[in-house]
Amino acid sequence: MEPALRPFIEPQSPPLQSSGFIGWLRASFFSSWFNTLVTLALLWVIYQVGGFVINWGIINANWVGDSAKSCPNIDGACWAFITERWRLFVYGLYPKELYWRVNVFYLLGALTIIAFVFSFGPITRKLRLTMFIGFPVAAYIFLVGGVFDLKHISPENFGGLLLTLVIATVGIFGSIPLGLILALGRTSDLKVISKVCTYFIEFWRGVPHIAVIVMFVALLPIFIPDGNKIDIVVRAFIAFAAFNSAYMAEVFRGGLQSIPSGQFEASKAIGLSYWKMMGYIILPQAIRNSVPALVNTCISIFKETTIVLLIGFSDFLGIIQLSLEDPKWLGPPHIFSSAYVFAAIIYFTFTYGMSKYSLRLENRSNVAQ
Amino acid sequence: MPDEPVIIFDKVNKWFGDFHVLRDIDLDVSRGEKIVICGPSGSGKSTLIRCINRLEEHQKGKIIVDGIELTDDLKNIDSIRSEVGMVFQSFNLFPHISVLENLVIGQHLVRRMPKADAEEVAMTYLERVKIADQADKFPGQLSGGQQQRVAIARSLCMKPRIMLFDEVTSALDPEMVKEVLDVMIDLAREGMTMLVVTHEMGFAREVADRVMFMDEGQIIEENKPGPFFDAPRSDRAKLFLSQILRQ
Repeated sequence: MEPALRPFIEPQSPPLQSSGFIGWLRASFFSSWFNTLVTLALLWVIYQVGGFVINWGIINANWVGDSAKSCPNIDGACWAFITERWRLFVYGLYPKELYWRVNVFYLLGALTIIAFVFSFGPITRKLRLTMFIGFPVAAYIFLVGGVFDLKHISPENFGGLLLTLVIATVGIFGSIPLGLILALGRTSDLKVISKVCTYFIEFWRGVPHIAVIVMFVALLPIFIPDGNKIDIVVRAFIAFAAFNSAYMAEVFRGGLQSIPSGQFEASKAIGLSYWKMMGYIILPQAIRNSVPALVNTCISIFKETTIVLLIGFSDFLGIIQLSLEDPKWLGPPHIFSSAYVFAAIIYFTFTYGMSKYSLRLENRSNVAQ
Repeated sequence: MPDEPVIIFDKVNKWFGDFHVLRDIDLDVSRGEKIVICGPSGSGKSTLIRCINRLEEHQKGKIIVDGIELTDDLKNIDSIRSEVGMVFQSFNLFPHISVLENLVIGQHLVRRMPKADAEEVAMTYLERVKIADQADKFPGQLSGGQQQRVAIARSLCMKPRIMLFDEVTSALDPEMVKEVLDVMIDLAREGMTMLVVTHEMGFAREVADRVMFMDEGQIIEENKPGPFFDAPRSDRAKLFLSQILRQ
């Protein structure tokens, strides 16, 4: 081999790729005959489906009216059923003159979401913590009342979207702290605590949710003296929070396991106590790593609220089903399908929002690392 | 009692399961002494220094650090950990907070210093390890050598009397080893008591008062660095040195 000294090469800008929108279009959708074929086929499907949706949902739809007769066009949706009943769907059986209290609940819920979605500079963290603790408390005060001159309203009057959101709130806001405690317990060095938490989690995960709900509602009064005095809705809430906390616990345990042992060692080496190590070093990282699974669980909690149908509660889906049985609205099946499409749209809106939020969180934590 | 050893190992034994990882370790370290521990991997050298701040528990024998015996008493462990700083092979900086916050968090939470004061201390140490301009970055944005210097500064912020270094240059690219060793040499000159697990012979020759050669959980040979590296007495040390020199 001849020894050689090669000339130094200065950095250059990368070669230009396809130019502008047309170039992007060609590269993305028409790069080969197969790709072109797939694109055309999909366009045809979108055209057909889109046309049907627009015809059925908008052009041929029946918008107003007060009975099945108002929806003569069976090739279109029967939104009249929704527009006539929306109050019932949104407020359930809550007394009409106290609708404002439900509205306050919705408003606070929206504010809580805003607090978590947007950043508010240095106060962001405190604000979020305040909302996370404050929202359930305020929700209880306004919805149930019985304090500050607010008339007591039994949770049995909750229904529709209100009940769905209340159960989801109980499920999410209850199971996150409970799940965190269980996860810490399960990973604890103290054998007794670890075993108790492990069996608690395994029990709630292993029993069908329907069985749990029925058990709490029907059997609790037998096991606990004065169990009858616990409101049936509250019993369902407890059951709902309990089995969801088991899933949350496993989500957080996964996050805890993703933290390398070096983080624990470094925390101990600078003298942090267990709780300070967990609170300032381990959990902030573990929770961040748990976000995708956490949101996944929140979405399934939200959808699973419909389980209360089985014990006779009228949540959002339940109240729609109940309304469909009203003789006034008995009629052609398009009323039926319109009602369920509407329910699907509402559920999807909430869960899609959560999913988008989790993607944002992931992107943001990628930037921070 | 200035002559009282600051670390005493008295017949210390430890097992990982059935594996006898530390066997009858006897060791006295005086204040200000610099000890380099070397030996093949699995010889127990990391375990030995990790026993000093109780990241590992010993099962037999006695360890006394700064007059406090290491027992299961949590109070003892906490007070010893605040006297002993440790730097790890894999840096172990806290990735979710900035470099400055990495240095502040221990002072603020353990020493209960107000944040502003802690930040001031942190900046002086960051300047000492020549990295003050990176204070607001996150650890992941720094090179390995920079991260390790931050890790040293994080330990020093706690004003430890003893520093433990566990193969701190092994995970670094070759061109970054020197910047970390320079910081350690400075520290040694200031009189810090140091126990250093390393194979950096240049460093050992320059700063070590004693070299301990370990193999199979025991201290096989102990000598001043010059004679140890030039003329090891035990066969195991001869073999070990010939292996690391061949690289």
